Amino acid sequence: MNRIEGRVKVTGLATYAAEYPAEGVAYACAVQSRIAKGRIKRVDGGPALESPGVLAVLSCEDPPRMSEDADPELALFQHREVAYRGQIVAAVVADTYENARAAAAAVRVDYDPDDHDVTLSADHPGLYKPDVVNPGFPTDTGKGDVEAGLAAAATTVEVTYETPVLHNNPMEPHAALAYWDAEGRLLVYDTAQGTSTSRDMIATALGLPPDRVRVVSRHVGGGFGSKGTTRPQAVLAALAARVVGRPVKIALTRQQMFDVTGYRTPTIQRLRLGADAQGRLTALEHVAYEQSSTLIEFAEQTTVPGRVMYATPALRTAHRLVRLDVATPSWMRAPGECPGMYALESAMDELAYAAGLDPVELRIVNDAETEPGTGLPFSSRDLVGCLREGARRFGWERRDPAPGIRREGEWLVGTGVAASTYPARRSPCQAVATVRDGDFLVQVAAADIGTGARTALTRIAADTLEVSPERVHVELGDSDLPRAPVAGGSMGTASWGSAVVRACEELKRDGKEGRADTTEEIKGDAELARHAFGAQFAEVRVSSVTGEIRVARLLGVFAAGRIVDPTLARSQFIGGMTMGLGMALMEETLTDAEFGGFLHRDLAQYHVPVCADVRDVEAVWLDERDGELNPMGSKGIGEIGIVGTAAAIGNAVFHATGHRVRELPITPAKVLMPRF
Amino acid sequence: MEITLRVNGVPRKADVDPRMSLLDLLRERLGLIGAKKGCDHGQCGACTVLIDGRRANSCLALAVAVDDRDITTVEGLADGDELHPLQAAFIEHDAFQCGYCTPGQLCSAEGMLGEPGPSAITEDLLTDPGLTPDEIRERMSGNLCRCGAYVNIVTAIGEVAR
Amino acid sequence: MKPFEYARAASPAEAVRGFAPGTMYLGGGTNLVDLMKLGVAEPERLLDVSRLPLDAIEQTDGDRVRVGATVRNTDLAAHPVIRSRYPMLARAVLAGASGQVRNVATVGGNLLQRTRCTYFQDVSRPCNKRRPGSGCPAIEGDHAGLAVLGASDACVATHPSDMAVALAALGADVHVTGPGGDRIIPMPGLHRLPGDEPERDTVLEPGDLITAVELPPPPPGASHYRKVRERSSFAFALVSVAAVLDVRDGAVAGCRIALGGVAHVPWRAERAEQALIGGPATGEAFLQAAETELEQAGPLPRNAYKVPLARNLIVATLEELAP
Repeated sequence: MNRIEGRVKVTGLATYAAEYPAEGVAYACAVQSRIAKGRIKRVDGGPALESPGVLAVLSCEDPPRMSEDADPELALFQHREVAYRGQIVAAVVADTYENARAAAAAVRVDYDPDDHDVTLSADHPGLYKPDVVNPGFPTDTGKGDVEAGLAAAATTVEVTYETPVLHNNPMEPHAALAYWDAEGRLLVYDTAQGTSTSRDMIATALGLPPDRVRVVSRHVGGGFGSKGTTRPQAVLAALAARVVGRPVKIALTRQQMFDVTGYRTPTIQRLRLGADAQGRLTALEHVAYEQSSTLIEFAEQTTVPGRVMYATPALRTAHRLVRLDVATPSWMRAPGECPGMYALESAMDELAYAAGLDPVELRIVNDAETEPGTGLPFSSRDLVGCLREGARRFGWERRDPAPGIRREGEWLVGTGVAASTYPARRSPCQAVATVRDGDFLVQVAAADIGTGARTALTRIAADTLEVSPERVHVELGDSDLPRAPVAGGSMGTASWGSAVVRACEELKRDGKEGRADTTEEIKGDAELARHAFGAQFAEVRVSSVTGEIRVARLLGVFAAGRIVDPTLARSQFIGGMTMGLGMALMEETLTDAEFGGFLHRDLAQYHVPVCADVRDVEAVWLDERDGELNPMGSKGIGEIGIVGTAAAIGNAVFHATGHRVRELPITPAKVLMPRF
Repeated sequence: MEITLRVNGVPRKADVDPRMSLLDLLRERLGLIGAKKGCDHGQCGACTVLIDGRRANSCLALAVAVDDRDITTVEGLADGDELHPLQAAFIEHDAFQCGYCTPGQLCSAEGMLGEPGPSAITEDLLTDPGLTPDEIRERMSGNLCRCGAYVNIVTAIGEVAR
Repeated sequence: MKPFEYARAASPAEAVRGFAPGTMYLGGGTNLVDLMKLGVAEPERLLDVSRLPLDAIEQTDGDRVRVGATVRNTDLAAHPVIRSRYPMLARAVLAGASGQVRNVATVGGNLLQRTRCTYFQDVSRPCNKRRPGSGCPAIEGDHAGLAVLGASDACVATHPSDMAVALAALGADVHVTGPGGDRIIPMPGLHRLPGDEPERDTVLEPGDLITAVELPPPPPGASHYRKVRERSSFAFALVSVAAVLDVRDGAVAGCRIALGGVAHVPWRAERAEQALIGGPATGEAFLQAAETELEQAGPLPRNAYKVPLARNLIVATLEELAP
């Protein structure tokens, strides 16, 4: 079965947020702060208002009515304080895109700037311990005596890894089209990873009852977390449409996306590992330093992988946060696990070399019987199976561990391995299944951001109803449909699918209709550690002349429960691994210490992998049966593909060159310089 | 300014602001939303269309500058209900996820298949190389796909190129 | 984008006659339209020269090849004469941008594209090249991609073209017509170092229009263009090299080396060339020549890698070309 929306996507008929036809539509364009901290003295919209076609200028000079409960990143024009460079401080609405954009450049904003601080460091005086880290984990955990474990170890590794600011950069820019009807009801076509959540956030921001707001996102051009919370474009379109009395469309520019649609926090991670002569961990300590804005405390769960991965008598994990004059970091594919596992799995590789052990065997020796952080049993865990199957397929047994000795002409060749993990969660969800014209209609406010949710849910419903998929029609992407959680945290299919199964089961009993709400069912889930696991293998070639790195092969092996749709699953895994390749070798947004804000705010300067970077990438999975997850027996697969990829590539670069780069991305400059 | 174009074989007249890009003309005025705006600076390829049969970034073309030209967008690739072989191959090989880069990938691939000559990775500049996977990868590198569907895109195009 | 007038020129002479202050010539637009959207370029009038009848590639007297200014990059690289006789140029063109951009970008426009320095492209930040006298934040800030040779206190920008590097190595002639008449500028003389006037990328005067690039007969010997970048394709050069090496009886009879990504101009490595001529074609000689050239380098903290990278690239490329 191919993707249900395949035909509309290849013929150009799939309609994304900014693409709905709207009679009399006007265009909004945002004006951004040029200081990183301070106060707006005055916004002079006069010259802009006199520009051709301009309908309105919005700013704090005449703040549009909003609720005080608005998310601080959405409270547009409500305050004169500037929290970061690039924050939206005004907007122009005009009859055409060209006029709006030109007039936005004519808005004059005067500021009283203050000194700003935008630089994360591990000794920043503002570092503190947040109460919890996302999405509700303890900030610090500890068991056993780390110092004693390190003292007793035969081998220790003490290292610091750093990851840069990363941007999600979905191909579709954040866009919205907003209408108010005569009764004051708001309709927003938004780029949302969840229409129920987006509807609630917009309603809260505007102080409206949720039933006065409808959000529609039938097709979303990627999100990777950046569309998981509502972004300013949706609120700006709604405010502007109310002011000008016309539908208003806005699409953020690629440059603006870097400033106001979230990013992955940079991290500084300190790890201390100790192992006995057999390689068994005697202690593991992982401390992460990360940033948030002055507006919102966003505390990424960077060191949680250590609580899941390896058996150790002494374990300490901790997070420290500093609030800087920067935009608020947000969700990006596998938040926490992705940067955290990069550091942990790189350090494990260093431990393997220090102890003279094979990196695959080191991980197998340290496999955990119960979840190390909590002592909970796993619902299922087959990390060892992934490592062994991966090693077999990859030809790992032929590997000579000595670094820096394989040469093909100027190219140094190396291989590396890293483990992956990601939680297998689900959230409460509602769904309705009905018989319509002899077929079956399934409704759920799920989102298809490219995961193939329509197709997966169609399969799940057809399996439950025991009918052919052609007879099932899934409707999603609309907040008027039964309430559903966002496409995020790798729990979309698990959450929506649970509700769809229950609704379809009831429909089978009832014959006409089935309604489900999984809130109570999920409360009854047993207390278990639920995670997907995987192993990533990489082969790289590194030029000894230029430091260029090419990834010749990537293999991912995953244990992720029952795979609902093999084609979609492979695409998700490979897609995650491809993004991990970018993280390893090229992705980085620079923070501008002098002026604040970000540099490299476009796709020529922020490099994501191109087609030529992605050669032999393959993903396979083990047959894993787990009855403790959800009715499908599935674990989420959207994020685990990126987890571990960067470490596997970094470890392969070390194997190729004998040089360990501990700051991502691993660029030619970083590979080349230590050689001279 | 008054301009006349042929879009997917149909003559279209438009009175355009000189600042308007071909991409915005297609999307905002002609109702053809297939060409996508991903970066608006020629850095992502989502807006790729064929101008006089050659692939180009429609975001970097001013509408006034393509007066008289023949434009083919993704909406013009299929023959009625019959999909273009590239479109069919993209579906069959799951060569997209979110679908936002897909129209640009398809138009780019269609243009690429008709482009003679070597690429940056061709060993021998004097003979036209076959479209090996490596040649396809290099030639399709002007079209970013953030979902990471490249592996399947190359398979799909390779099937049509054979 | 500020409003502007648009007009199309029918001939080079008409274009030059139609030029007035505030006018900019529009070629393929792949950089100019980009800069207009950013507010970096704000012409009052665009004179479209992309349809001028300057799109031919012809062999001329004395075994030279004349490439019209509106020849598209794709057509230049695919032309049989360029592929067979100027493979270094074909490779340089193919190493630039993407298929889509090369289909549209012109030879003239390629030479005149502006730096991709992050500050130059961002009108909310200072830049001496964009706003003379406003300062150069790159020197203390982000300069990892910028110049290590010939930079000034006012500007450390690099010229981004690949094609221009090959043309500099070949010593091509740039044909220009303008209000002051026609003239020929031999490469690498078209581009200039930033000095204290970084706003001027080239020696062209207002109203000057590039009409053609004339390639001299290919220099004897083997040639190559190699580009180093952070991803496998569709990225500007960290460093690139165009090199020609002619070895006879074990000695270097002729040598051309030009570097990209290291300077405000396509950098002709004349010191290295002179060091090599008449000497042995050995790895040691290549290394010494490269080091002689790079003694002039003035790297900044975050672009210091370009010096060993350029050295390695010169040596490896010459070694590949040596018999």
